Amino acid sequence: MKVMAQVGMVMNLDKCIGCHTCSVTCKQAWTNRAGVEYVWFNNVETRPGQGYPRRYEDQARWRGGWELNRRGRLRLRGGGRLKKLLGLFASPVQPELKDYYEPWTYDYQNLVQAPLGDDFPVARPKSLITGKDTRIEWSANWDDNLGGTAQLGHLDPVVEQVRRESEDRIKFEFEQTFMFYLPRICEHCLNPSCMASCPSGAIYKRTEDGIVLVDQDRCRGWRQCVTGCPYKKIYFNHKTGKAEKCTFCYPRVEIGLPTVCSETCVGRLRYIGIFLYDADRVTQAASAAEKDLYQAQLDLMLDPEDPAVAAAARAGGIPEDWLEAARRSPVYRLAKVYQVALPLHPEYRTMPMVWYVPPLSPVVDLLSGQGHDAEEAGNLFGAIEALRIPVEYLAGLFTAGDTQIVTGVLRRLAAMRSFMRGITLGQGADEAIAAAVGMDAAAMYEMYRLMAIAKYQERYVIPKAHVEQAHNLEEMGCSLDYDQGPGMYPSEAFGEASGKPVPVAVENFHALKQRQTGSGEVQPGELHGRVNLLNWDGRGTPPGMFPERRDTPHPATASPADGAGTAGPSPDAAGPSDHATGASGNDEDNRPREQR
Amino acid sequence: MGFLLWGVLPYVMVAILVGGSIWRYRYDQFGWTTRSSQLYESRLLRIASPVFHFGLLAVIAGHFFGLVIPKSWTEAVGMSQEFYHFNALFVGGVAGVCTLGGIILLIYRRRRTGPVFMATTRNDKTMYVVLVAAIAFGLWTTLASVFLGGHGHNYRETVAPWFRSLFIFRPDVAAMAAAPFAFHLHTLVGMLLFAIWPFTRLVHAFTAPLHYLFRPYIVYRSRDRQPVPGSRGRHPGWQPIGTKDRERRQP
Repeated sequence: MKVMAQVGMVMNLDKCIGCHTCSVTCKQAWTNRAGVEYVWFNNVETRPGQGYPRRYEDQARWRGGWELNRRGRLRLRGGGRLKKLLGLFASPVQPELKDYYEPWTYDYQNLVQAPLGDDFPVARPKSLITGKDTRIEWSANWDDNLGGTAQLGHLDPVVEQVRRESEDRIKFEFEQTFMFYLPRICEHCLNPSCMASCPSGAIYKRTEDGIVLVDQDRCRGWRQCVTGCPYKKIYFNHKTGKAEKCTFCYPRVEIGLPTVCSETCVGRLRYIGIFLYDADRVTQAASAAEKDLYQAQLDLMLDPEDPAVAAAARAGGIPEDWLEAARRSPVYRLAKVYQVALPLHPEYRTMPMVWYVPPLSPVVDLLSGQGHDAEEAGNLFGAIEALRIPVEYLAGLFTAGDTQIVTGVLRRLAAMRSFMRGITLGQGADEAIAAAVGMDAAAMYEMYRLMAIAKYQERYVIPKAHVEQAHNLEEMGCSLDYDQGPGMYPSEAFGEASGKPVPVAVENFHALKQRQTGSGEVQPGELHGRVNLLNWDGRGTPPGMFPERRDTPHPATASPADGAGTAGPSPDAAGPSDHATGASGNDEDNRPREQR
Repeated sequence: MGFLLWGVLPYVMVAILVGGSIWRYRYDQFGWTTRSSQLYESRLLRIASPVFHFGLLAVIAGHFFGLVIPKSWTEAVGMSQEFYHFNALFVGGVAGVCTLGGIILLIYRRRRTGPVFMATTRNDKTMYVVLVAAIAFGLWTTLASVFLGGHGHNYRETVAPWFRSLFIFRPDVAAMAAAPFAFHLHTLVGMLLFAIWPFTRLVHAFTAPLHYLFRPYIVYRSRDRQPVPGSRGRHPGWQPIGTKDRERRQP
């Protein structure tokens, strides 16, 4: 048993209102650059719908993920190593820009610069790829809120599959339809097929937290990862020629902050925590029969309370606070303890680590729409059994088609709803409801706390990256045990500025000491001719800090208080003593030219 | 003159090729990429690119066979001059035509597909000129010996001994000087191509991912790994959004 830690996420789809705040903030933080205009590390899809890129779930076409060969061994659906190398010169299965969408902007300048005329000026859409006028035909969420679903809904690969299996038409008429939102990021899989597809070996999984990243220096732009990822969450930056992907906001996670998408989530539906898993059994679990994949992945996740697991984790170098975080992990509780979270498309065999609590809302909406009591346990249980199509659709997304598992999860969510209604109405906790889904009242209440109250501290249990490992990052660790330490430091052998630079911390120490113990300002000589801006208190003017004045200051510009009152350029304004109005005017003119 | 061209220039070329590649590998890992344009256009690329690349691999194999393996060796295994020559011209001709056809198709695509042309730098254009020239002159030497009578020039008695003599640092200038002009031209352009190689997108050939056949599928790496020399460092490596390259082109 090799215990490793994995940062995981769970999203509670019942709470998602489809506001796209996560997508927008992620876009602003990570892909607001040339070359990735079409890229959304986080996107929100309306389901049923085609998703982004269009029909990415159709693996017969895109050939992402893994499959079992005749001997029951895992192999990449896109082909083995040799086949991949032979197909390197023109990647055979590669989404084009039209499968995502052609990014565009608008010609806003025309609105203010158009010549006077009879017609209102308009801001024409301009392609960000060609710079020319473009027709907007698709985007990352073009079918948002079932837009166009009556015409295009059948193109959803999951809808196709459900139809094939049930020989029944899913109706997209208003009164019979159901809808929910599916926010997607990189799954940071345990058995990533993008990584396995990368000819250069540039994609790696971090041993500490399991975040999957692309080494931008080692990526050579072969683009096999784009084919390999069944979720199409690796994107090709067409300007730099490198692959890019969701980073799980690792700079934030390392200091204990949730990802940008989670932090800004309006519905507070995202949970982040630690999973402990057995790295030795990943391949075995990924090779399970299709109907056992969910259970196999569940079995991979180790119980952090188990002393044997904790001992193995310690032996594997997982720090104590990470173990503590694993014990408090909200994602572990949702996925394994309450078993209300499910992986997205386990049939791809990548062992995804972003899980979803399937939405009960299609059931609830239908019941209340028909005038039934949508919080009564019996009604809900009955409806879950009866509403075959939404359940089959959810099963197509989350359990490779096994409706039993989805029904079980929905029943637990329904039970929680009825159970808490009883408490809220003062009827007391109904143990029978909890027992009907194999739980007890205490667990049910705990689950309610985590899912409905969802306090920030409970949603995000993120241990920090280890400080003792960060010693090498900067000079943080050296402080005053520098070998020439707090004592005075003579010049090096070759005079001033030779040898290693003195750490800022040491220089600060001396400057502060001099200021606290000395009477006047710090003498330039004591600082070896350098000026320490951190400690400069404005007294005196150390030599070399300001350029020498060309002439004696003009009375108006010499006193800053009068500066605002004296409008109009003074003869001295052209000099280095910059005058407020003149300088700012020039800056305005110069700036665009400099940028170009 | 002959000494400069065939005794000095090859070593200058090697120095630039090796030195330039090491320099680029150390200091420009981020720029070391194929810069694929398949995202913009894939219909033509899917035909042209494999034709070009596989043709090129065959051409490289042919060069190896013709230049490195001495005539005496092939004769020792019973391969007659006529048989060798026929093979070299036939296989070499086919490979050369594929390569040239492939690159012409690729350049046509690059010029005619708007986004692909916009993503083409001046560096790329220069490189294409030299690359096409090297391929065209090479094909010329082959075709000339087919159509211009007889068995053509036997380069295995002139160019090949000179090529091998370079490796023992005693360049056989006289042998090379005796070769016809077409071979001189092809060799010179070839040397120019290798000299600019490290500074163009062609470097992607040096990191052909053959190790993919042997590496484990799943790669674990620790967070604490120190950055390798030549890594990006503080350079942001990105540009603000917009189509700046287009604006720059139309001042």
